[in-house]
Amino acid sequence: MKRKAFQAALPHTLPICVGFLFLGMSYGFLMRSKGFPFYYPLLMSLFIFAGSMEFVTVNLLLSTFQPVYAFLLTLMVNARHIFYGISMLETYRGIGWKKFYLIYGMCDESFSINCSTTPPPGVDKSWFMFFVTLLNHIYWVTGATLGALLGYVIHFDTTGIEFVMTALFVVIFLDQWEQGGDHKAALTGVACAGLCLVIFGSQSFILPAMLLMVMCFSLGKGRKEEA
Amino acid sequence: MTTAQQVITILLVVLGTMATRFLPFLIFPEGKTPPALILRLGKVLPYAAIGLLVVYCLKDAVAPPDYGLAEGIAIAAVVLIHRWKHSTLLSIGTGTVLYMLLVQYVF
Repeated sequence: MKRKAFQAALPHTLPICVGFLFLGMSYGFLMRSKGFPFYYPLLMSLFIFAGSMEFVTVNLLLSTFQPVYAFLLTLMVNARHIFYGISMLETYRGIGWKKFYLIYGMCDESFSINCSTTPPPGVDKSWFMFFVTLLNHIYWVTGATLGALLGYVIHFDTTGIEFVMTALFVVIFLDQWEQGGDHKAALTGVACAGLCLVIFGSQSFILPAMLLMVMCFSLGKGRKEEA
Repeated sequence: MTTAQQVITILLVVLGTMATRFLPFLIFPEGKTPPALILRLGKVLPYAAIGLLVVYCLKDAVAPPDYGLAEGIAIAAVVLIHRWKHSTLLSIGTGTVLYMLLVQYVF
């Protein structure tokens, strides 16, 4: 049963393997170029397993100690997982211990496969989802660790390499935009952040920006209900 | 930051991430429907958060010596290449290399 599920899951994860190895390696390499030993990206990719947030955490670790800010920023950046969880409430029901790991490892890519793919007949769906999640997890940790290890042997001027994070978010932004995502929500995010950056400055604009966004969306909902 | 502070920061990021993943399953165990506002935030925040992250990455860009010009050029390149080829790896790779060349040799 496990073997069949693994064989069914593997091909679905191969495109993600390429992407995760590349992004994971750039993340690990970035961590190393900022002076962190290889076990930092290894453990962070293993336990956080949320790519965007791991890139953001590099910045958090390099700035002053702000625990509440770190926690709230994580909630904000990963708020989309709440939505994933809500859509998987039914699917993950009654599958025993695997449910814990499936929720723990519910990154964007695992979610997108698990919510959209029906395994072939005779393949156990819960084992299929388990292997999709596990394989993605393995690719990501492998990429991050390899990238950091490469950082020990390859030496060149890495000034500016942190732009990999900017480029990543710009690409995600474009993909969301072109795939018919919520343009108004995307623009609200940019506008609230930009406005608060101007008012509060680069050190303390994130929290006001988050508050402003949630306020905008709550009020927006009120208007819609009246209409 | 001390090592202990780093560990605490990482643990809080883990905790925050896990909170967003486990919360729906803890609050709605038996098919209870979440409140409309939560459902709505769940739908719009993924888009707004990425917008916020783009701004977050650029928060210190407008400063000497180039006042954000290197970022501007590299982002324009990422957008053009991505609209042309739609390859995440190509767009990120080219944009990052271009940015590194700009800040190391031009500005």
